[in-house]
Amino acid sequence: MSTQSTRLAARLMVAPSVFVLFIWMIVPLAMTLYFSFRFYRLLTPERSGWVGLTHYTWFLNSPDFWLALFNTLALVGGVLVITVILGVLIALLIDQPVKGQGMLRILVIAPFFVMPPVAASIWENLFMHPQNGLFSAIARGFGAQPILFLENYPLMSVIGIVSWEWLPFATLIFLTALQSLSSEQLEAAEMDGASPLNRFRYIILPHLTRAITVVILIQTIFLLGIFGEIFTTTQGGPGSASTTLPYMIFKQAIVAKDIGRAAAGGIIAVILANIVAYFLMRGIGRHLDN
Amino acid sequence: MGKIQLTQVRKSFGEVDVIPGIDLSIEDGEFVVFVGPSGCGKSTLLRLIAGLEDTSSGTIAIDGKDATHLPPAKRGLAMVFQSYALYPHMSVRKNIAFPLKMAGMSEAEQAARVERAAKVLNLTSYLDRRPGQLSGGQRQRVAIGRAIVREPSAFLFDEPLSNLDAALRVGMRQEITELHQSLKTTMIYVTHDQVEAMTMADKIVVLNAGRVEQVGSPLELYHRPQNLFVAGFIGSPKMNFIEGAEAAKHGAATIGVRPEHLDIVAGGPWQGTVGLTEHLGSDTYLKVTLDSGEGVTVRAPGEVAVRHGDRVALAPQAAKIHRFGADGKALA
Repeated sequence: MSTQSTRLAARLMVAPSVFVLFIWMIVPLAMTLYFSFRFYRLLTPERSGWVGLTHYTWFLNSPDFWLALFNTLALVGGVLVITVILGVLIALLIDQPVKGQGMLRILVIAPFFVMPPVAASIWENLFMHPQNGLFSAIARGFGAQPILFLENYPLMSVIGIVSWEWLPFATLIFLTALQSLSSEQLEAAEMDGASPLNRFRYIILPHLTRAITVVILIQTIFLLGIFGEIFTTTQGGPGSASTTLPYMIFKQAIVAKDIGRAAAGGIIAVILANIVAYFLMRGIGRHLDN
Repeated sequence: MGKIQLTQVRKSFGEVDVIPGIDLSIEDGEFVVFVGPSGCGKSTLLRLIAGLEDTSSGTIAIDGKDATHLPPAKRGLAMVFQSYALYPHMSVRKNIAFPLKMAGMSEAEQAARVERAAKVLNLTSYLDRRPGQLSGGQRQRVAIGRAIVREPSAFLFDEPLSNLDAALRVGMRQEITELHQSLKTTMIYVTHDQVEAMTMADKIVVLNAGRVEQVGSPLELYHRPQNLFVAGFIGSPKMNFIEGAEAAKHGAATIGVRPEHLDIVAGGPWQGTVGLTEHLGSDTYLKVTLDSGEGVTVRAPGEVAVRHGDRVALAPQAAKIHRFGADGKALA
């Protein structure tokens, strides 16, 4: 498959899809970039004129923006830490031979099939609700005051809900990775005198690095854009306590109807995503190679 | 150092008795080979000794101490696995040092021991490579290196050469034998290849369906097999078995003659037609169908000018005829 003509043919045949993908990506990006320098507010009659970098400076000067930036990174980081650690532990647990293993695995994976607004509603109304929630019932059972999750710990509550949704994904990836670990390697380590903890540290964990890398990369892509859970539960509040960058852009675009400003926010989000991707690939990307 | 005693060791998986009960003693410094067809329980027996499987009943004593319920790490044994089971993310150096690190040995001592093992096994220039960058033979050596650094009281080998090509296998066979000569440590070696067993062992344990069929030195098994199974399993090509009237003449239910103990002699008692011939240069193997209908293999030294369809007369060497009773046991 590497003669001159086959290579040329391969390029020619790939070219149309590359072209379509390029258009697919570049047109929305160019339009967003264009609008980010325009005055384009849906609630005002005149929607024209260039405004230069005004939209960008507005974001950078807004304290809400820096909070949203922090919240976005905290959300991504928090969910990653929780899902990776718990995911590895749960995968180790359900990798053990037990009765009803198939059923158990389906149960573990189930949350992933619940759509985000539904999951958020369930958590808000059935678990975290100050009167009807399970947590408040437990708290009252111990004679304590119910915790007002969404009021007092909004960002942590959102992190909890999103972690619950993504934990099955991480667990599933780690479980398949665990199953590809040869049992002879573990037995060899056992013969070599490694305790269970050392076997985990020196054999299982290194074996999982690639799976962990995949989970971190994929989840980061999706977590940077988390919106539904926030919209359903806290609406970014109280105040701006749980507003993330996507939610802030949503507020500019849909609530304030300021398309120009929202576009500038979108471009900032793209830049942020690229910075995150750059550092991720530099930090852990090498684990993807052999 | 390295004496292993099995007493009525039994292993069953659920209802199935894989090993119905084995008594076996392995002396210090011996090279013992467990040989048998696949599924005969030889690997299970090795894993029982290693501690990777629990014994259902019976006792395993290592150096006189009961080790039946000791975890593998506490038994002082080292094992080389069929797949080598190297740690893919560690360099060769770290692989070999791993058991020492787990034993909490000092860095300097670890380095010294790794160097020594690497020198013995010709691995010095590969110490910083990963297992994935090594050839099959080199991986095998790393696995052996990881076993010898601990200076165990016995080595366990689980079909270590089955993943190598034929030429390399002969080379590694000699290396392992030489290693045994220089270390003088007990080695237990599992294989299904009777040539490996014959060439390497001080003592061969022939296993069949979880039972010990015979224990003895390679030549003892070759010259005095105690039953039909051992007679048929040891030796290549296989021993010829003849039943019926011919066997009755020797007062046995079955007689066995090895291919190398059948001579082509004009006027020999057994007449037959030559079928397939294999010319190896040093020997010629003939498949002969006797007039009584039984097929035998003849190993004639040198080149023999017979062709498919020729008539030959064979004479078994009288002293080399093995006689077996109806129960398959050898008759004295």
